[in-house]
Amino acid sequence: MSSVEAHEQGAVQSAIDRFGQQPGPLLVVLHAVQDALGYIPPSAIAPIAAALNLSRAEVHGVVTFYHYFRTHPPGRHVVQVCRAEACQARGGATLEAHAKARLGIDFHETTADGATTLEAVYCLGNCATGPAIRVDGRLHSGVTPARFDALVTGQESK
Amino acid sequence: MTGRIYVPKDSTALSLGADEVASAIAAAGTGHAVVRTGTRGMLWLEPLVEVETPAGRVGYGPMNEADVPGVLAAIAADGAHPLCIGLVEEHRYLKSQQRLTFARVGIVDPASVADYVAHGGYEGLKSALVMAPLDVVKTVTASGLRGRGGAAFPTGIKWQTVHDQVAPQKYVTCNADEGDSGTFADRMLMEGDPLTLVEGMTIAGIAVGATQGYIYCRVEYPEAIAALRTAIAAAYAAGYLGADVCGSGRHFDLEVRVGAGAYVCGEETSMLQSLEGKRGEVRVRPPLPAIEGLFGRPTIVNNVISLASVPVILAKGAEHYKNYGVGRSMGTLPLQLAGNLKHGGLVERAFGVTLRELLYDYGGGSASGRPLKAVQVGGPLGAYVPVQHFDTPIDYEAFAAVGALVGHGGIVAFDDTADMAKLARYAFEFCAIESCGKCTPCRIGSTRGANVIDSLLAGDRPGEQRRLLDDLCETMIQGSLCGLGGMTPFPVQSALKHFPDDFAPRRRH
Repeated sequence: MSSVEAHEQGAVQSAIDRFGQQPGPLLVVLHAVQDALGYIPPSAIAPIAAALNLSRAEVHGVVTFYHYFRTHPPGRHVVQVCRAEACQARGGATLEAHAKARLGIDFHETTADGATTLEAVYCLGNCATGPAIRVDGRLHSGVTPARFDALVTGQESK
Repeated sequence: MTGRIYVPKDSTALSLGADEVASAIAAAGTGHAVVRTGTRGMLWLEPLVEVETPAGRVGYGPMNEADVPGVLAAIAADGAHPLCIGLVEEHRYLKSQQRLTFARVGIVDPASVADYVAHGGYEGLKSALVMAPLDVVKTVTASGLRGRGGAAFPTGIKWQTVHDQVAPQKYVTCNADEGDSGTFADRMLMEGDPLTLVEGMTIAGIAVGATQGYIYCRVEYPEAIAALRTAIAAAYAAGYLGADVCGSGRHFDLEVRVGAGAYVCGEETSMLQSLEGKRGEVRVRPPLPAIEGLFGRPTIVNNVISLASVPVILAKGAEHYKNYGVGRSMGTLPLQLAGNLKHGGLVERAFGVTLRELLYDYGGGSASGRPLKAVQVGGPLGAYVPVQHFDTPIDYEAFAAVGALVGHGGIVAFDDTADMAKLARYAFEFCAIESCGKCTPCRIGSTRGANVIDSLLAGDRPGEQRRLLDDLCETMIQGSLCGLGGMTPFPVQSALKHFPDDFAPRRRH
């Protein structure tokens, strides 16, 4: 077993041990796995299914239903760009096109150097001061293309 | 000089640098205690720093780190500074509001039960604990409160149904999956005054005989989730939650569950599926959740604002609440001014205020300085309202009469550069991305709708495409299982009706 696999299995087992007994625990367990690893590895499906008395198909079905859960490691930085109407009303579509062109990737992709994953998000609840993005958990308002470059370039060098 | 300085830690304030401002104030060593609060809702002024004075709180905003030394020097002197907005509560944006549900937001420390109680918190629960449960339900019914999530179903009737069920376990669930673009009232309340929601849910539990509550909050709201968890822990520690609420012998437990980025989970049956750890696929009704809800048990499903309006109703009485509003739209509604407006923010007013007052008197017109073209009210499934309907009062029935909906009270303004055909296409695209896939009109109709608009704009047999589009909208409205597929045609149809020129065939770019 590689160290990555051991790390993954440890995180999955810990999530099951901590939350597996709650009523309707599957989302809680999956969140704990993604919080620990940044993604839900394919190897998590079987042990979670066994522990929660579900079929692997049921667990896989839940993982793939929700946009937030990802099955591959993200880049070192995650950039979420709001695509919703309130941000569109303040230049969101221009920002979206710029973000894709600047990073050379589409939504749900990671730059070749593994630095940045670009995600679409449908409303960050920051609707009066958009366009809004979130970079590694930090929310930003009024993001112009120039500001995007400053925020994301700042992250890339880290 | 000592005293308190209040700095918001609302998400919008944080996105504009509130943490940096708070740190700079603390680092200046003036001896002020820095208290972190929610936001007042004047979001264009964030970060809005407030200083305690004998006359009341004086505001300075929008601040950034560099302004801190100058503002602190001004506070030490006579208070005058270019960023000073005077007494915050005298500001015309706030002064004309009728804040019942949001009375404490931006004022109290959201983590402190003592501060909550000092500002009138837990008065509603105190009243409820000495009433018969059925009387609590009757009070909510008499207040005229209707579901603030958008469906506007009378809250008391829902509670009555759950109250009347005999079951070994009942639940109170709060729908905090505020996914509608242009809405942030739930988030603002959960971040700024989470104990109001905790109190409302506790009252609901006591009224219907439910001992367990869940708040289903969207994962996009990490600050709200943290604020709720802190508040819940504080409420347990102070004896307001648990096996013996305030020594009454009543039991109510409360927990936050986190969504995972699925808009459809804002639909109540989909939310229940998600709470059970399943795919958020819509359930066929009946049975109603009030009869067979979470884990098959009778369950209240209410929006954040509905539940957070309950404490004031119990504290001040049904009549007090009901006296606000018009017709069958009683009480107040927190309206969210979003998109292309100069003064975006939260305005809680009695029903009856007009769109025009909200957009111009409060909102200050467009942020871009261009004329407004349309507003979308009630989220991505709400109709686009053109300028000629701006005098419509905020009233469920008045909006229905012009083919629109009030929904959760989000108002997104667009200036005259908005391309209504693109926005209509986006409505279908969004539905296609977020459809749970259970029913065909939504799953397939959404993708087909985007294709038909593409063909229409490309000039490919436009008359035929237009007929197809009308037919498709009708099919989705009539045939979808829930509001996602059933209401996606509303923005499309309203754009077609009010802005037909935007749908004329255009040259390819």
